Amino acid sequence: MLTTLKDLRDLLVSLKLTVVLIVFSIILVMAATLDQVNLGVWVVQEKYFRTFVVFWKVGGVSLAVFPGGYSIGGLLLINLLGAHIYRFKWEWRKLGIWFAHAGLILLLIGELLSGLMQQDFTLRLDQGQTKNYSESFRNIELAITDTTDPKFDEVVAIPERPLARLETIQHPKLPFRVVVKTFFPNSTLSMRGPMMGAEAPGIATQGVGPQVIATVKPLTYKEDERNIPSAYIELVGAEGSLGTWLVSPALEEPQTFTAAGRTWKMELRFARHYRPFSLTLLKFSHDRYAGTDIPKNFSSRIRLTTPDGRDDREVLIYMNNPLRYAGLTFYQAGFENNDTTTVLQVVRNPSWLIPYIACGVITLGLLLQFGIHLAGFFTKRRAAA
Amino acid sequence: MKRFLPLAVLLLAALAVVASLLPPRYQGEYDLAAFSRLPTLVNGRIKPLDTVARTSLLVLQGRQSVSTPEGRSASPTEWLLDMLYKPEVADTYATFEIVHPDVLTLLNLTPDDGAGVGKKRFTYLQVSKGLPELARQSQLAESVEPAVRTPFQRAVIQLRDSVILYQRLQGSLLAPGVPNFLEQLAHFDTVVPAGLAAVRAKQAGQPHDAAAAKALLELSDAAAALESTGYLLPIPPVGDRGVATGWRNAGGALRASLESGQLNPGLATYAGLGLAWRGYQPAAFNTLVHEYRAGLDRDLPGFMGRCDVEARFNSAQPFYTAMLLYVVVFLLAVFSWLKWPDELGRAAFALVILAWVLSTAGIGVRMWLEGRPPVTNLYSSALFVGWVAVALCIVLERLYRNAIGSVTAGLVGFSTLLIAHHLALGGDTLEMMRAVLDSNFWLATHVVTVTVGYAATFLAGFLALLYVIRGVFTKSLDAPTADALARMVYGIVCFATLFSFVGTVLGGIWADQSWGRFWGWDPKENGALIIVLWNALILHARWGGMIRQRGLMNLAIMGNIVTSWSWFGVNMLGVGLHSYGFMDAAFWWLLAFVASQVAFILVGSLPLSKWRSFSAPAR
Repeated sequence: MLTTLKDLRDLLVSLKLTVVLIVFSIILVMAATLDQVNLGVWVVQEKYFRTFVVFWKVGGVSLAVFPGGYSIGGLLLINLLGAHIYRFKWEWRKLGIWFAHAGLILLLIGELLSGLMQQDFTLRLDQGQTKNYSESFRNIELAITDTTDPKFDEVVAIPERPLARLETIQHPKLPFRVVVKTFFPNSTLSMRGPMMGAEAPGIATQGVGPQVIATVKPLTYKEDERNIPSAYIELVGAEGSLGTWLVSPALEEPQTFTAAGRTWKMELRFARHYRPFSLTLLKFSHDRYAGTDIPKNFSSRIRLTTPDGRDDREVLIYMNNPLRYAGLTFYQAGFENNDTTTVLQVVRNPSWLIPYIACGVITLGLLLQFGIHLAGFFTKRRAAA
Repeated sequence: MKRFLPLAVLLLAALAVVASLLPPRYQGEYDLAAFSRLPTLVNGRIKPLDTVARTSLLVLQGRQSVSTPEGRSASPTEWLLDMLYKPEVADTYATFEIVHPDVLTLLNLTPDDGAGVGKKRFTYLQVSKGLPELARQSQLAESVEPAVRTPFQRAVIQLRDSVILYQRLQGSLLAPGVPNFLEQLAHFDTVVPAGLAAVRAKQAGQPHDAAAAKALLELSDAAAALESTGYLLPIPPVGDRGVATGWRNAGGALRASLESGQLNPGLATYAGLGLAWRGYQPAAFNTLVHEYRAGLDRDLPGFMGRCDVEARFNSAQPFYTAMLLYVVVFLLAVFSWLKWPDELGRAAFALVILAWVLSTAGIGVRMWLEGRPPVTNLYSSALFVGWVAVALCIVLERLYRNAIGSVTAGLVGFSTLLIAHHLALGGDTLEMMRAVLDSNFWLATHVVTVTVGYAATFLAGFLALLYVIRGVFTKSLDAPTADALARMVYGIVCFATLFSFVGTVLGGIWADQSWGRFWGWDPKENGALIIVLWNALILHARWGGMIRQRGLMNLAIMGNIVTSWSWFGVNMLGVGLHSYGFMDAAFWWLLAFVASQVAFILVGSLPLSKWRSFSAPAR
């Protein structure tokens, strides 16, 4: 028993394991790169790196074919730490290696943390528009707003999960139950034409629903496409059903109705994350090289204001120059509507500084290590000559 | 006698290099050299007409000279003048390279109709008959995603693009369908007032000169047509001519001239040049060129220097000369292993340094012209990979003096320049940087370091190839040479690890700055990461005693595959944020290279008893 444990320990701290793990990571990265031809980079990350095991679908069965990023990275971490603790012996000559590996450990941990904690949002601003929230890329929510009082709105936002599970939602602020009848994770909307008698009658009875038809689409994983969900929602009040609405982010405007003597707005939208400050797009610029369509620069001039008035200033976000504010980073990601709408990517990554430090440490370590090698080489040559 | 061999070889080569740097001489009475240096704005950059002529020819037909129907070889500038002013003559030059047999069939052509060696070049007259069908086929091909197009579809789209480039170039100064356009321009001062008077009279219902009104109308139609087609923007802004904005094509300048009633002087010059070229008046042509040039020099002191240098750089072709030198280096150094090791070795080393200095100068001129760090696109990365690898070879050769550094320098220098030559067929290699890449700081740090990493990994691989070839096929790999090679490969792998790691990390930092994440598992990032991992693998396997000399060599050869994949392969996937360098023609070359490296690894894995160097009885 003891020898088995000893063998295990020797294996865990061995250079052989290091080499095998490096081979595994090369294969993993290679496979993940090639699979990007089929899948978007986000799905590839989930499938290969943010997992313990990589599954491949063979026929209809998911087979565990390879250790995932967490397994390989975790073992590498154990191997690194183990080897250094187990074989620790103070020597100047090894300083470089220690630095390099300490940095590597930090880098692995940093990548793990950013995988766990990083959040991405998007912020679309038309010229002159002000927003104090950014939107999720993928998650949606059903927002039901009581707009009766002109002074303020009261919003009830229902997240994606109960919607996708077709649950019935009862909320104390709502005088009706929300019954999710159908939920399409990805869909396309089209106008219901007068000639199209053959199609199935729509479920929707209220709002734009009767004129529009939602068709289910397969989920997309492409980088430049988004899944556009839609749902049929029935509202059931004390006196029975109020009707069924079709909701989808593809519908531009929220749908208005009255219930229990109050005025309501309802829309399915990409989940909003409110911020303690607001941004106004003053001007989006798209510079091209003279006489060509080659883009030279994209930039957004933005007014940043906080409700307490402490911050009220203009900022310029352009390529390679994001705005870092309140733990968020705003990057120029794109543009729409003939250069009048800017699309900013908003990232919260509390561990963004770790890779910078880690890389500095590793670089220092490699320089030391190879510098010592080189010095040794020249000393030997001089001795031989 | 043979003592002087290195010096003699160096002198001879230096003479050849100097000869290539002399100003180009043009035959005939026209001062084509002066014309070729005139500036124009194309693709966002102000460049001499010489560059436009050469890069257009490279795109259209893969080489810089044109054969005329009489079998004469025309210079790029001569061809450009005919394109601009005598389109009917230019249409009879064989300017389109078409190799795909199905595309030829589409145009009702066979290789027998072609001109030149290989019968693969065709005239616009030959191509133009099939244009409607070509347009239809290219529309069909466009509907297919670029990554999955067949070779035929790619060839169709490429030819369609070539035809568009050709037509736009021809539509730069001569308005199609307007007879005597240049004469009308030359008489602008009379045609326009007369035409205006006639038009006003006509509107007032009075008797008028219908011909004068028609001439004015034609000029204004020509302006609109030229403004939409004109490829060249050769007309500098009247005020500040140094800036890139405000340059116009002939149509735009003509429209402005019609509005103001004053013919733009630049446009007047180009019209006069056209009349002189069409009318065989070299004296008038030369006077106009010189006067125009003097005007530019007066208005923009110092500005024209850049165009002069670029035209001179184009004709000197330093990278071509260096490529030839590397061939000589390789041969000399290989022969030095058979005979006269000292003399031939020193001769080879002298030439390596000469070729490297020449490439350094070439890269330096490109950097000065562009105002950028050395690597801005695939083409310049090929130049730079070769430059770094040869520099490292020079260091190795200085240390070991066994001609291994020279042989490798010849091999790597030649191959990288050959790759660069083929990459140059895509057009002007001094292109403007797309928005996200427009950052000299990151180009100078991330891109340069990561390219140095590529170069070092390749160098280790090529040194390992030498080890395997000499060891298996010859008896020349004795123990000292083998040890020296092993130390070289090990040292270079260390160097490669450092630079590829730092370069990759700097890339991550750049990505964090511009895309909001340090690491995004984008194909190009992964490619760089795999190189780092591979080098780390070699080092750890070596430290752990899992491999010895031969294993080190085989892993280093594998490094060639890994690096070529990261350098070119990931671009072929056509996905990710880095896919600006997309290319597809090179795919088969990449496969062939990979296959050859696998073959070498197999050879290197033969048992040592099969190696000629090691099977021999003890020396």
